[in-house]
Amino acid sequence: MPVMTYLEAISDALREQLRADERVLVMGEDVGAFGGAFKVTDGFVEEFGEARVMDTPLAESAIVGTAIGAAVVGMRPVCEMQFADFVSCGFDQLVNVAGKTHYRSGLAVPIVVRLPSGGGFSGGPFHSQNPEAWFMHAPGIKVLAPSTPEDAKGLLTAAIRDPNPVVYLEHKHLYRRVKGEVPAGAYETPMTARVAREGSELTVIAYGAMVHAALEATAPDQLDDASVEVLDLRSLVPLDEDAILASVAKTSKVLIVDEANETCAAGAQVAALIAERAFEQLDGPVRRVATPDVPIPFSPPLEQAVLPSADRIRDACRDLLDY
Amino acid sequence: MATQTAGSAAADDPARTGDRADPAALSPHLTADDRVALLRHMLLMRAIEARALTLYRQGRVPGSFYDGFGQEAVSVGAAFAMAAQDRLCILHRDLGAHLVRGVEPPRILAQYMGRASGVTGGRDGNVHFGDPALGCVPMVSMLPDMMCVATGMAMAFKLRGEARVALTFFGDGSTSRGDFHEAMNWAGVQRLPVVFVLENNQYAYSTPLEKQFAVDPVERARVYGFPGVTVDGNDVEAVFEAVWVARERALAGEGPTLIEAVTMRMHGHAAHDDMRYVPPEQLAAWAARDPIERQERRLVELGVDVAALRAEVEAEVEAAAAEALAAPMPDPADATRGVFAVGEAQPLGDGRAPWSGFANDAPARANGGDSGAVR
Repeated sequence: MPVMTYLEAISDALREQLRADERVLVMGEDVGAFGGAFKVTDGFVEEFGEARVMDTPLAESAIVGTAIGAAVVGMRPVCEMQFADFVSCGFDQLVNVAGKTHYRSGLAVPIVVRLPSGGGFSGGPFHSQNPEAWFMHAPGIKVLAPSTPEDAKGLLTAAIRDPNPVVYLEHKHLYRRVKGEVPAGAYETPMTARVAREGSELTVIAYGAMVHAALEATAPDQLDDASVEVLDLRSLVPLDEDAILASVAKTSKVLIVDEANETCAAGAQVAALIAERAFEQLDGPVRRVATPDVPIPFSPPLEQAVLPSADRIRDACRDLLDY
Repeated sequence: MATQTAGSAAADDPARTGDRADPAALSPHLTADDRVALLRHMLLMRAIEARALTLYRQGRVPGSFYDGFGQEAVSVGAAFAMAAQDRLCILHRDLGAHLVRGVEPPRILAQYMGRASGVTGGRDGNVHFGDPALGCVPMVSMLPDMMCVATGMAMAFKLRGEARVALTFFGDGSTSRGDFHEAMNWAGVQRLPVVFVLENNQYAYSTPLEKQFAVDPVERARVYGFPGVTVDGNDVEAVFEAVWVARERALAGEGPTLIEAVTMRMHGHAAHDDMRYVPPEQLAAWAARDPIERQERRLVELGVDVAALRAEVEAEVEAAAAEALAAPMPDPADATRGVFAVGEAQPLGDGRAPWSGFANDAPARANGGDSGAVR
């Protein structure tokens, strides 16, 4: 099985779907001749042409809006926001047009919006955000956040084939840092959670880059051989409630990690779910580690002070294990 | 000059209606039957909205009620120029376009009353709908979002080499928002087959034009790289002709057109709005230019029995109201269903295209529809 970076796996999924389905169209700022700000679509325009690998005007609302229009007449557009942060300029089209059209009319809107998200490398307040919770709160939009190359490819393939608007969060800090085996050919990763490591004493629930932080923090040699389960959500909408509740029933203690700002983050929804439906199974308080409610600062010591680190996660795990 | 006179270029074109064209028509592409059909659709729009206002006052229409009284010529005339396989985003004062595309009056009245048989099954109200089966994408209240959507449909048509056109309506207030700029710029850059119909009805809720823009927005078309045309929005034949010309232009690969249809919103923003901000003399001046009365006068000269047509339309709407009033309210259990699509996405279908010129329009029929095939 070929080994790929997370970024290469995303490219692989896009390339395969462009080859397999003539309805698929990639569009965004600088995705064509330049190959994208992060080079996800490097070489695409040479293979598929400018019409299907479309350099667009700098206009996020129109990128999402025209993708919606193309989708309802049969295309399968995959839009790239150059940085996830810029989706705020396309928010209205996503939330009000894409998200509500099927409910109101039965008309499906099969678009994918790729969001290079996350911080950790001095992107500053406008190139580091994790906006997934905005879309979890908007009905009618699926929200995916893979953590491994295999899932990055499989979830993007599933997103392109899905008849709904899908927001696909690809964490920039994983692009070249994470490598793994990726099956050749097209496959779909289910929009369900994955047990990243089995354990019995504590569950750490995370997604995206925080899965790797959680695995690092809870490696057996880091926590006195405590048996910690790491649950990788992979999909935030739909949220795999059964997998969350099953893991809580097994371990009775839960830590939830978000790289996003803490208030109303995805982890808050997970915590509410556990409080409502697994209260009797708990042997301790549901704990959370997240970024405090500040814009992501630029300077490394400031940024590192706010983003969840393996140390912060480990400390929270110790507290819970000792509880 | 950004503005042109609609129809001047097209007058020399070989009309597809050919020898059957009515020499008395303002447009050389309209037969006598077409002209009657235009009037009939306008009468139907006004009668449905008048009936709905009564239902609103009787407490049978939840929320408020928004109509297009006085603006009937814009939506009817524009939609009448669109082919079955063309695609539309219709706005909230454009009921006539839905009627042209083939939405049946009972479904519309049921829609207003939130009934299960309404176009959205009670999930949205007013003219906030679009029947996908008839090639229409439902509007949203954030204006003019649908300009971007229509631009995207046109983008797909061009990409697939299809001879089809997308059209969207929007108002004078919409020209202040960014999506107006983004869509106009995008359509200009890519020379897309899209028709933008700016329905200038003098007011955005209570805000008059002079507080909305410093330069007439039709002037902006030129700087985006395509023509802007001003047309009398209270003349259904003039609107038809302007859209006909714009559509032909789009089909010829010459790109978008902005059509400013100048009209007047004769009712309040919605039924709860008493319009105290509109000077009475302004309303009176526009009342004298009523689009329906204008078309009736033309057809009376041709010997059309307009009174009989009115009576026929009134009877149709009365029957539609009875049917809608008898329809059940939606099942509350249905409220949480259908947020997400399941299975293969069903693309838009084709609408009705009653213009006589489409009767033998084989080239448009030969398209692959919305299957997504790249041709």
